Amino acid sequence: MTAPSINTAKPATGIPALLKTAFINAAIALVLFSLMIGIRTEAGSDGQLTYWTRFGELASLVAAVFGGSIVIELLRQWIGPTGTEKLVPPAVQSGLSFVGRYLAPALLIFTLLVPVIFYNQRYILDLAILVLTYVMLGWGLNVVVGLAGLLDLGYVAFYAVGAYSYGLLATNFGWSFWICLPLAGILAAFWGVLLGFPVLRLRGDYLAIVTLAFGEIIRLVIINWQSLTGGPNGVSGIPRPTFFGIPLDNSDDGLAAKLGIEYSSTHRIVFLFYVILALALLTNWVTIRLRRLPIGRAWEALREDEVACRALGINTTTTKLTAFATGAMFGGFAGAFFATRQGFISPESFTFQESALVLAIVVLGGMGSQLGVALAALAMIGGFELFRGLETYRMLVFGMAMVLIMIWRPRGLIGHRAPTVYLTKAQAISSDLVKEGHG
Amino acid sequence: MDYFAQQFINGLVLGSIYGLIAIGYTMVYGIVGMINFAHGDVFMIGGFIALITFLILVSLGLTAIPVILLVVLLVSMAITALYGWTIERIAYRPLRHSFRLAPMLSAIGMSFVLTNYSQVAQGARVKPIPPFITGGYTLHESTDGFVIQLSNIQIMVVITTIVLLAIFTWLVSRTRLGRDMRACEQDQTMAALLGVDVDRTISMTFVIGAALAAVAGLMYLLYYGLVDFFMGFVAGIKAFTAAVLGGIGSLPGAMLGGLAIGLIETFWSAYFSVEYKDVAAFSILIVVLIFMPTGLLGRPEVEKV
Repeated sequence: MTAPSINTAKPATGIPALLKTAFINAAIALVLFSLMIGIRTEAGSDGQLTYWTRFGELASLVAAVFGGSIVIELLRQWIGPTGTEKLVPPAVQSGLSFVGRYLAPALLIFTLLVPVIFYNQRYILDLAILVLTYVMLGWGLNVVVGLAGLLDLGYVAFYAVGAYSYGLLATNFGWSFWICLPLAGILAAFWGVLLGFPVLRLRGDYLAIVTLAFGEIIRLVIINWQSLTGGPNGVSGIPRPTFFGIPLDNSDDGLAAKLGIEYSSTHRIVFLFYVILALALLTNWVTIRLRRLPIGRAWEALREDEVACRALGINTTTTKLTAFATGAMFGGFAGAFFATRQGFISPESFTFQESALVLAIVVLGGMGSQLGVALAALAMIGGFELFRGLETYRMLVFGMAMVLIMIWRPRGLIGHRAPTVYLTKAQAISSDLVKEGHG
Repeated sequence: MDYFAQQFINGLVLGSIYGLIAIGYTMVYGIVGMINFAHGDVFMIGGFIALITFLILVSLGLTAIPVILLVVLLVSMAITALYGWTIERIAYRPLRHSFRLAPMLSAIGMSFVLTNYSQVAQGARVKPIPPFITGGYTLHESTDGFVIQLSNIQIMVVITTIVLLAIFTWLVSRTRLGRDMRACEQDQTMAALLGVDVDRTISMTFVIGAALAAVAGLMYLLYYGLVDFFMGFVAGIKAFTAAVLGGIGSLPGAMLGGLAIGLIETFWSAYFSVEYKDVAAFSILIVVLIFMPTGLLGRPEVEKV
């Protein structure tokens, strides 16, 4: 049984219908924006609210909606009815797969060479480190969301656990980064299991909300447990990483002095770049290897159908817990790296927006595709940088992009959800068996 | 005991506000099966529209408080309802038959859009209004001087909530629209075959939910005397917690859950610590979902293969 077509909106034809649609849209926009845009309120210095009108902005916005709906309507008529998933012609598809085969190695080689090419451009190096951090977070979350199909809206909690583990251990006990890194991963994985236990029975949206609540709880505890975490002031003075014990500064023991080369502050940036690259590649490698192990297969089976999974004798409890723990561990690694790179952490870095950003990267990347996640991280963080000057509009654009991408391609840019194992003989299955939306 | 009674009153008022928001979550979840993540922000928008309407009416020279309140209520309900309709039309309807995560993510995106839209449009600073409805009653004065107060605003919030709930229950159980809504909740395909306009019914669900959220926004504005662009997030999660606690999909459950969350939060602040009141509310969400996944009044979900 296919879902009935209950989309009653008939395509408007002809100029009058077009104008009518545009007028209706403009009228709706006028009502929506009338008070929120047309009137601006502000609290004065004496606490008294004042307001002034902004009819110019209101008029231009309504005009924009009017023009925009005409353009969209025209485009829709030219291109014809578009489904949510467009079919790609076979020629393009084979071309894409050719590109796809060589894109990943080419990208990797380019990434390896980034510090060489952009050695003198500090800004690009910093940006590259940021992108790689999000690539790693995306790959980590991909284990939970993309492979095991468990929607996790609180991934930032594990990132925070990792960051605070390193920050507190390093500032209180003076432990080095390379000892704390595995510890941060283990602690985050521990929290992952701790979160995993209660939510095992939950499915779908409930799971999402509980993970969200968990992320908020961690953040609120960090803010309020001032004696340990410093509260909103955060932890500062976190030591920079060392080259396996040799500091990267211009002291006599520094790496530059030992190698007999001139000291430059870029050395540390380049070092950090390769550290995060190695961590990200580790995440990727572990994920790819795990996918071929029984546990990875079990994750994918769990994603496709939990009930069938249980019927086949897969222990869903351990499967879910390992997915949570693995994802959380990588989040913890990334957190420890974040702490050492920034030298300062505060609860503000671990808000729900971060979780949503990482989730958006995973979903945009096609949920399960490693390459897709990397490209999506590049696009997202790069896009964020473009809007750096417009700080307040940044999240607005981000939200709009999220909605539009979901409407345009709900499956992500690279829709790669094929299971790793196939049956060799294809079998025709009736469409309602493969229809999604259950669970 | 007096302290307890006072906190009980405060908790009931807060719970009424949560309950009004929770109805929006529970209705949408019941019919479309998605968590309308942007609903908390619709509540925030409702608060802002109420504030702006207030300002305009006061500056126009109106002084009759009941008239002002009525106009503000109607305007904010109408405009916020249109917001609810538009959000459904833009962000959710194209994704109705898409895979499960898509509407949820679209809703998260919409939530960001609304939060930042009001930040851009109205600025990031908190907007206070002077106390508008003053006065109240002293219910009881104990010998050590502790007074149990029942303010007029508190009475108004509770009465408005009760009246709205009565109207709403009548709407769902007695009218054509309510019947359509219940039919869509059970089986959209069958409802469509029997001549129910599913699109329109779902739109109306969002409209009603948004209108109730607008009332909650107005109540919040009157009770706390301020709105800001970020208030939707936490209030939204708590109201969702309330909906889950009451059993998602159940309308009396949403109200009951709202009251429970309001009371728990108030008592937690009063007797334990104010800082951890949100932690308490979120922990309850987790505990409820572990031990009573169907909530207080929810029906057990049948697992279909």
